[in-house]
Amino acid sequence: MTAKVVLKLGDDVSTDVIYPGRFMATVLPTETPQFAFADHPEFNARLKAQQVPPGSVLLAGKNFGCGSSREQAVSTLKGYDLTIVAKDFARIFLQNSINLGLRLVTTPGIEASEGDELEIGRDYVLNTNSGRSFPVVQLPKARQAITDAGGLIPYTRKRLLEKLKRGTA
Amino acid sequence: MGMTVVEKILARASGEVSVKAGDVLEPSVDLAMSHENAALVINQFLEVYKDTGYEPRVWDPSRVAIIFDHRVPAESPKTASNQKKIREFVAKHAISKFHDIRGDVGGICHQILPESGYVRPGYVVVGTDSHTTSHGALGAFAFGIGATEMASAWALGTALNVEVPPTIKVSVTGNFPAMVGPKDLVLHLIGKISAQGANFRVIEYHGETVKTMPTSGRLVICNMAVEAGATSGIVPADEETVRYLCDEAGVTDRVELVVPDSDAVYEQVVSIDVSVLEPQIACPHTVDNVKPISIVQGKKVNQVVIGSCTNGRLDDLEIAAGILRGKKVAKETRMLVFPASGRIYSQALAKGLVADFMNAGAVVMNPGCGPCLGVHEGALGDGEVALSTTNRNFKGRMGNPNSEVYLCSPAVAAASAVTGVITDPRKGGLH
Repeated sequence: MTAKVVLKLGDDVSTDVIYPGRFMATVLPTETPQFAFADHPEFNARLKAQQVPPGSVLLAGKNFGCGSSREQAVSTLKGYDLTIVAKDFARIFLQNSINLGLRLVTTPGIEASEGDELEIGRDYVLNTNSGRSFPVVQLPKARQAITDAGGLIPYTRKRLLEKLKRGTA
Repeated sequence: MGMTVVEKILARASGEVSVKAGDVLEPSVDLAMSHENAALVINQFLEVYKDTGYEPRVWDPSRVAIIFDHRVPAESPKTASNQKKIREFVAKHAISKFHDIRGDVGGICHQILPESGYVRPGYVVVGTDSHTTSHGALGAFAFGIGATEMASAWALGTALNVEVPPTIKVSVTGNFPAMVGPKDLVLHLIGKISAQGANFRVIEYHGETVKTMPTSGRLVICNMAVEAGATSGIVPADEETVRYLCDEAGVTDRVELVVPDSDAVYEQVVSIDVSVLEPQIACPHTVDNVKPISIVQGKKVNQVVIGSCTNGRLDDLEIAAGILRGKKVAKETRMLVFPASGRIYSQALAKGLVADFMNAGAVVMNPGCGPCLGVHEGALGDGEVALSTTNRNFKGRMGNPNSEVYLCSPAVAAASAVTGVITDPRKGGLH
């Protein structure tokens, strides 16, 4: 898959920046996208005007998604089908993304600029502008099971049915 | 090989004899806490049960806690409707640890859980709030999760795919100088190891300073462990934990202590001597942008906030009221005080602290999260500066991206409210 970097951010981007707290009463994944990066009015406007094609890359530094556990920070980005390529991710945001199926790519050495086209493979990210390739750190195996099940809800449902049928729930 | 506290807790909760960092487990959950975001948890929980043919059932309603604190009283019809939906769910599923918007038993979740005796040493506590790390103060393994993961816990009673985190041992020694305390310690630690320094790790606190620290202070240092990225902070339970639970939280049955083995394996050891610590300030817009007050003092502040799950407890209010007593909040500064719970509010009233605040010109607000997360009760104007005892200063945190938030201790907040500029509480004839 090849996709363009539509926004480049630094380290420690908090969920307050991704989805400001004042919109937290909005919980439905169908409604949260309107508030993505609400305090970055220009990017928010581009998203809402559908000027950012699905699959586009949001490039970040270390510790992306730090701070609050709010799941809206994930559903708001998933609403635009963005791919987040970062040096690494904060724990709760990473888990929430796996649970809801937001595409995250952990690439500790990534170097790219806004406008660059990235080829995203399973084990590497190739910056087609610079010709440089960067290794991808895979998800822990335990998390992969949730992704393979199609997200945490189907995964939990399967587990719950097993338990109920055994009569132990 | 010896185990850390968290390894011991996870081994017990997973039915294992021994576990080590990196193992993947499915521990049983002893307490599952949510606040207003239970509205989203309910949606996801019902989704789990969808088309299964079974009636949705919470695994153990006595282990689910729901506390309204983030938006109290409701700031909008939307929030009010979410709260209504949660009340209906609570009634239907007989969830007993429910704390509505009330003056007697209401307050911030991270104060209500401890003061109600809901958390015990050795518990696995999950909460749909990143500051769930607070409950490590009582020797529990407590960590924040998302709403969908909570829905899964409500359905199954377990936390899925928990990878045992490596532990960083933080050893704290020395006596706090006057007007320096747990908040300064934890800000200093975050500044030292950075906002990512403990990512995917546990911070286990040790040392004589922690040993002699009351539970209220331990709640502060565990609360903000997440600001260094930690999965959780924890203080191994001891006599102080038992004292707190029995004397302040109404616990009457036996409290079992879980402590680390003497040969537990730590990934890293960080040592801090607090006897040489100055008051610390986290400057905009990251919590690890920490500076000693001597560098920041003199900065004009428009709004001073005392409260939150970090610093809205009785000893915080006592320190602040002691500095304000007989003085006035500066003319161009407004000061808002949020006791962390109804119980603390009543205690502050009985001790005359509320009168001290009001006589000084501070506004004493209702228990709750207040303006910390930028919803209501104290938004900032463009270009304004807040000095706050809360825990986050991210851009826009208090509701306005064109404002700044500095974080500090209650002593610094109170001293600065009097002068209208960031002020060292140890100076200036303030007391």
